[in-house]
Amino acid sequence: MMELLQTLQQAGLELLGPAWLPIWTIVKIMVITVPIMLTVAYLTLAERKVIGYMQIRIGPNRVGPYGLLQPLADGAKLLFKEIIIPSGSNKFLFIAAPILGLAPALAAWAVMPFSEGMVLTNVNAGLLYILAMTSLSVYGIIIAGWASNSKYAFIGAVRSVAQIVSYEIAMGFALVCVLMASQSMNVGDIVRGQQGSLGMLNWYFIPLFPMFLVYLISGVAETNRAPFDMAEGESEIVAGFHVEYSGMAFAMFFLAEYANMILISFLTAIMFLGGWLSPVPFLPDSFIWLLAKASFFLFLFLWLRATFPRYRYDQLMRLGWKVFIPLTIIWVVVVAVWMQTPYWLW
Amino acid sequence: MNFETIMFYVFAALIVFSALRVITAHNPVHAVLFLVLAFISSAGIWILLEAEFLAITLVLVYVGAVMVLFLFVVMMLDINLVRMREGIWRWLPFGAALAGLMAFEMIWVLGSSGTPAGKSAIKHAADYSNTKELGRLIYTEYVYPFEIAAVLLLVAMVAAIALTLRRRKDAKSQVVAEQVAVKKADRLRIVKMQAERKE
Repeated sequence: MMELLQTLQQAGLELLGPAWLPIWTIVKIMVITVPIMLTVAYLTLAERKVIGYMQIRIGPNRVGPYGLLQPLADGAKLLFKEIIIPSGSNKFLFIAAPILGLAPALAAWAVMPFSEGMVLTNVNAGLLYILAMTSLSVYGIIIAGWASNSKYAFIGAVRSVAQIVSYEIAMGFALVCVLMASQSMNVGDIVRGQQGSLGMLNWYFIPLFPMFLVYLISGVAETNRAPFDMAEGESEIVAGFHVEYSGMAFAMFFLAEYANMILISFLTAIMFLGGWLSPVPFLPDSFIWLLAKASFFLFLFLWLRATFPRYRYDQLMRLGWKVFIPLTIIWVVVVAVWMQTPYWLW
Repeated sequence: MNFETIMFYVFAALIVFSALRVITAHNPVHAVLFLVLAFISSAGIWILLEAEFLAITLVLVYVGAVMVLFLFVVMMLDINLVRMREGIWRWLPFGAALAGLMAFEMIWVLGSSGTPAGKSAIKHAADYSNTKELGRLIYTEYVYPFEIAAVLLLVAMVAAIALTLRRRKDAKSQVVAEQVAVKKADRLRIVKMQAERKE
């Protein structure tokens, strides 16, 4: 595989010269983005199916065998729908907001390691880059809420942004524990730090178990998913920040939300569950393990949505500020002390 | 002209343009968004200087957190643009003088013999970690200034909260510990009773 890529690289360099590098990079970006987009499409179907079965329904089963073509039908429908721009809205920002929402969710994948050496850019400050990119995704939401010139949209945007900014702190501190344990901000090195002869006992979710839970729950809150979906809150504010959006502009928000879910699932798998590493020593490490771990977390997202009622807003804020943030700060100190003792085995 | 130089001029032009638009934009929300653009462009220049930690922290802290709260406040404010534009000619000379003074100071500092003016940034190998170097300097050589800055920030934070904290007497609040401590027997009483009608 690697030799094939090497020869391809050589041939391309000889054929195109300096123009080869941008073309090759674009090809690599497409190899990452296209599967993400397909996963997003089929995640929507999986969500409807999973929740359907949990509620003893069948879910979509009309389009194609077992409803497998449903995402394509949905996509075609949204593509041909009219995009309505509300009067009194700010046209430029109204169109720019969904793009600003989707772009950071995809840009964060640039430093994601898929298996040993399989990474688009190997940045030393990769973890910081991921944090920075995920913190940028609020702009899509707040600009959408403001540019729509609608009270419901604005209230939804304000709720959503307050929620994301609050949970980002807990998430950041949970990742601080990870980078203390791995002593590196390079995402690939974080996975390599969890390598060992004991398989899954070497992963960081054991010493950092509270942080693992905090990160997972904050991830659900970060992506505005149930039970933390006050930003949409159908029964209170119709659909929140994207209430005025239709057609493809709405689909962009949808794509951004699901792309963020996939990103959080992969990140949790990489930070706490050893990425592409095998859980048992006798099986080889492979990309398939990463996929399996991320799929489990994606299923967890759907499972949570089907199981829990929506949080009240003050409870959400209390959980973020008064429970998670103190807990993460205490655990940073605990890990720091623990690492100085001989009992730190990771 | 190599690629880096071209990128530098692109970022520099973007910073100048967006900084100008921050003060000339009619809509305050647009002004804040142009400020965000200026921050991101400066992060780009820092990346060109291989200061990736500073660049990403700038995006993370300023763009990702500070400017979002800024945008929040500005969107909520009811700003009267006509009144804001009053007296612009009166204050313009004062502002221009201040800007000139600041520009002079920066040229003075950057052009003095103490700083390596005119030299290009030192290039490092690909595995050189800017973050590690910065962390080591902060926690060894500059540990006291760093700690003092941290304490100052803490004091400022406590002061800001203390200034804005008003204890309202009529405010209702929940005691979560009590809510959690409630047992089923405290709230629910199951009563056995006979059916009223006998048939």
